[in-house]
Amino acid sequence: MGLLQRIRNLRRREGVNADIAEELRAHIDLAVEEMTRHGMSEAAARREARLRFGNPVALREKTVHADAALGLASIWADIRFGLRQLRRAPGFALTSIAVLALGIGASTAIFSAVNPILFEPLPFPHANRILTVWSTFEGARSRLAFGNWRELSERNHSLDALAAYQPWQPVLLGSAQPERLSGQRVSASFLRVLGVEPWLGRDFLPAEDRYHGPNVAIVSARLWQSKLGGDRGIVGRAVTLDGDRYTVIGVMPANFENVLSPAADIWTPLDYDTQTLSSDFESREWGNHLYLVGRMRPGVTRQAAERDLDTIAAHPVAQYVRPQWASLQHGLIVDFLQADITRDVRPALLAIMGAVLLVLLMAAVNVTNLQLARGAQRQGEFAMRVTLGAGRMRVIRQLVTESLLLAALGGAAGVGIAVAGVRALVAMGPPALPRIHAIHCSAEAFFFALALSTLVGVLAGLVPALHASREELRGDAQRNTARATRSDSWTRRTLVVTEMALALTLLAGAGLLLRSMHRLLSVDPGFDPSHLLTLEINTSGHEFDDNAAAPDAGTRARRRFFEQALEAVRRVPGVQAAGLTSNLPLTDDAVIYGTYGAHFEGDPPQGGNDVFRYAVSPGYCEAMRIPLRSGRLLTEQDSAAAPPAVLISESLARSRFPGQSALGKRVHVGPMDLPWYTVVGVVGDVKQNSLALDEPDAVYLTEEQSWFADNTMSVVVQAHGNSAALASAVENAIWSVNKDQALVRVTTMDALLQAGEATLRFVLILFEAFALVALALAATGIYGVLSGSVTERTREIGVRAALGASRGAILALVLRQGMTMAAVGAALGLAAAMVASQALAALLFGVSRLDPLTYLAVTALLLAAAGAACAIPAARAVAVDPMQALRSE
Amino acid sequence: MAKNDLQGTLDLLVLKTLAQLGRLHGYGIVQHIQRVSDELLRVEEGSLYPALHRMEQSGWIASEWALTETGRRAKYYKLTAPGRRRLDEAEKDFEELVKGVRAILRYA
Repeated sequence: MGLLQRIRNLRRREGVNADIAEELRAHIDLAVEEMTRHGMSEAAARREARLRFGNPVALREKTVHADAALGLASIWADIRFGLRQLRRAPGFALTSIAVLALGIGASTAIFSAVNPILFEPLPFPHANRILTVWSTFEGARSRLAFGNWRELSERNHSLDALAAYQPWQPVLLGSAQPERLSGQRVSASFLRVLGVEPWLGRDFLPAEDRYHGPNVAIVSARLWQSKLGGDRGIVGRAVTLDGDRYTVIGVMPANFENVLSPAADIWTPLDYDTQTLSSDFESREWGNHLYLVGRMRPGVTRQAAERDLDTIAAHPVAQYVRPQWASLQHGLIVDFLQADITRDVRPALLAIMGAVLLVLLMAAVNVTNLQLARGAQRQGEFAMRVTLGAGRMRVIRQLVTESLLLAALGGAAGVGIAVAGVRALVAMGPPALPRIHAIHCSAEAFFFALALSTLVGVLAGLVPALHASREELRGDAQRNTARATRSDSWTRRTLVVTEMALALTLLAGAGLLLRSMHRLLSVDPGFDPSHLLTLEINTSGHEFDDNAAAPDAGTRARRRFFEQALEAVRRVPGVQAAGLTSNLPLTDDAVIYGTYGAHFEGDPPQGGNDVFRYAVSPGYCEAMRIPLRSGRLLTEQDSAAAPPAVLISESLARSRFPGQSALGKRVHVGPMDLPWYTVVGVVGDVKQNSLALDEPDAVYLTEEQSWFADNTMSVVVQAHGNSAALASAVENAIWSVNKDQALVRVTTMDALLQAGEATLRFVLILFEAFALVALALAATGIYGVLSGSVTERTREIGVRAALGASRGAILALVLRQGMTMAAVGAALGLAAAMVASQALAALLFGVSRLDPLTYLAVTALLLAAAGAACAIPAARAVAVDPMQALRSE
Repeated sequence: MAKNDLQGTLDLLVLKTLAQLGRLHGYGIVQHIQRVSDELLRVEEGSLYPALHRMEQSGWIASEWALTETGRRAKYYKLTAPGRRRLDEAEKDFEELVKGVRAILRYA
């Protein structure tokens, strides 16, 4: 039969109905016409015709039925019947839909976010051939020197190209306010390694990648559109960066996603001097500043590339000399680019993915449980339908239709949750999350979750139908419900125990993370972050250049500018104290500027300590409220002309001078051939990179007494009241001194403190949300089973009450049943949580993954929730009237 | 074994009628069968119309609205090529049915 025509008929159902009605009317008219022709009266003829015709409505229905597709029409009937059934049990329907929507929505959102970050290939051709190369220092990844890069790129046999890059933050002049751009200095092969090309113009030439080469730049489409007018004629034109003119030679495509530096808007060649490599180890060519990224030749594996580069590292040749600190003696780390950029967030994302899988699993278990409970209630209905002659397939089809209906409704609501969830994830994603703009709602993830929960729902929905068929064999439609549901209720109890266990696993994870967060936030940063405003000043411009005629002019100009800027800031109303520092705590400043060697008098040449160098203005420690332990702080008297003075951190003093005073000791920081610094004070330890890390030691010296002038300093401002409100007044004060200097990272110290813990916070929020959902699902589950059980046992409870069982005994009866499930579930959950907590180990701080207090607390929480869920059915059991219960049988 | 039920017989009667008379409406089919069978066979309207619509869905007959001689609108049916083939099969089936039934009746 023509399926299409049937579907058409189905759609035109009203038309078909009218058509058939008219056809049948015509039949009667023809019959009447004939009969009146034979002499019958019209009225009699019509009556006779009607009589012969039978029930016109029934006939029309039968005819319509022949028209519309049997299957399709009855599926529609099934759906309508299913909807009616769901409407009759709104509690069941809404709970199922909500549970499905949560499970599907949450897992879709998480998979959508995790997939592009961890699993989808990066947006480069043959992205799996791109590697990052690091030196190692005490097991950690560290950057390499220009000399190392040149040697590795010239000696290797496994790479098509090895590129080097470093951050570059030039100030763009020409617009109203100077603006610091984010950019990269790169070797000429950089774009080739990534496999991308400029969209307009051209790539860098090898000849441009040299010391004091031409000032050329490639810009991002974003910068080209927003700041450079979006004009295709830009190529060949000049822009002013840091007071120099750079020729724009290319514009990158708009879809170029620079995973190595997502904010980078401008690129220029490296500008290192190959001539000094063998002659001057003190030159910046031997500073470990460079990041390396390479593209493997086709067919080379990562392991082979690593072996190749490691062999080079282990076997220096005379042609390429290396200083001791760039000797590569600890080997190299060679990693896939994708693994490299996701290194920091991978444990967090995997933990979140595991958690959401548990939620999805719980949703499936919960839906199964709901279906079973509902099936048990409808047992009689199905038995009746089978007894009345409904085929087994017919009943199964009805049930499957209902399950699918639930899945469809739950899925639709789940789409909403998924879309909102993805948006929320992107909005609250920690800064460390790479490729955040590549996150989109994934259809695959949605259909996977939908298919899984649907399948589970359908299978669960079938159980009552199979029961019904068994009933048919027994021919016993009026059976005692308590008997046949025994195996069923056992299944349901197992499911509740499973839910309890899953919920506890999630709760334990959330609890451990919460404790970590508390531990982390209770870490003393070593200064007082409240009421602190900070911003960074990047000096640029030729007025700060040293030249042969006036070797110190630039340095003096730079120091004078910073001094005047600080004075201007101190004059702003509302500023209580202000200071300057080369290193701002809780930022990555120290990662960029690195550590220096501190050699105390008498240390062997190889000895000494790695220290952070804080070049500060007098008054910095006061503004930060860094406590003075002994001696004095730095003052205006510690000027260029005065004897060099230094403050050292408490931990450094303790480790180097145990049991004695560090005051008066002499130390070299940085170059060894300058006058000694004398320790004049000891100050408290400060967390530099993050609260979670124990840091190397620190020294503080005045900017004037430093052996070089920093070109970037941070201002810290202690405000009387709300520090954020001072921001624009402080900025204007600095610009009143020199309007061409870029001010960046304007923020409060509290905000920096929070940003530092963003990844942990992100994981914590998700775990808390999932754990709450899990707790609610588990409580619903135990409530459902117990309340069904009380209904089934009404007679038993009635008999017990009639035989003199006290209210307490009945209460205990129900509670025991519920709490046994909860306790078994909790015990299993504890075991599961202990195993699963391994996945969280990398995220925890200051708390063991087996922290007994956490496990105790979450178990108590789960049992309390279970107890609350048990209380309602228990109260109902107590309220059973024995007489009524007995009569109802 | 061929489909030898009563529904098949009704189909056969309708198809044969349309094959003999060409275009006919439902009432005409009832009248024709009644007249030709000398009032021996009487087709129930309750069976005829569902059968007509089923056969139309199966593509054996086609329908169109037209006016009767007295100017009434009625739905006319006619045989299609698949319907003609179906009629041949149905006739054969029926012959076999009759043969079979007769054999049973003659068995003594």
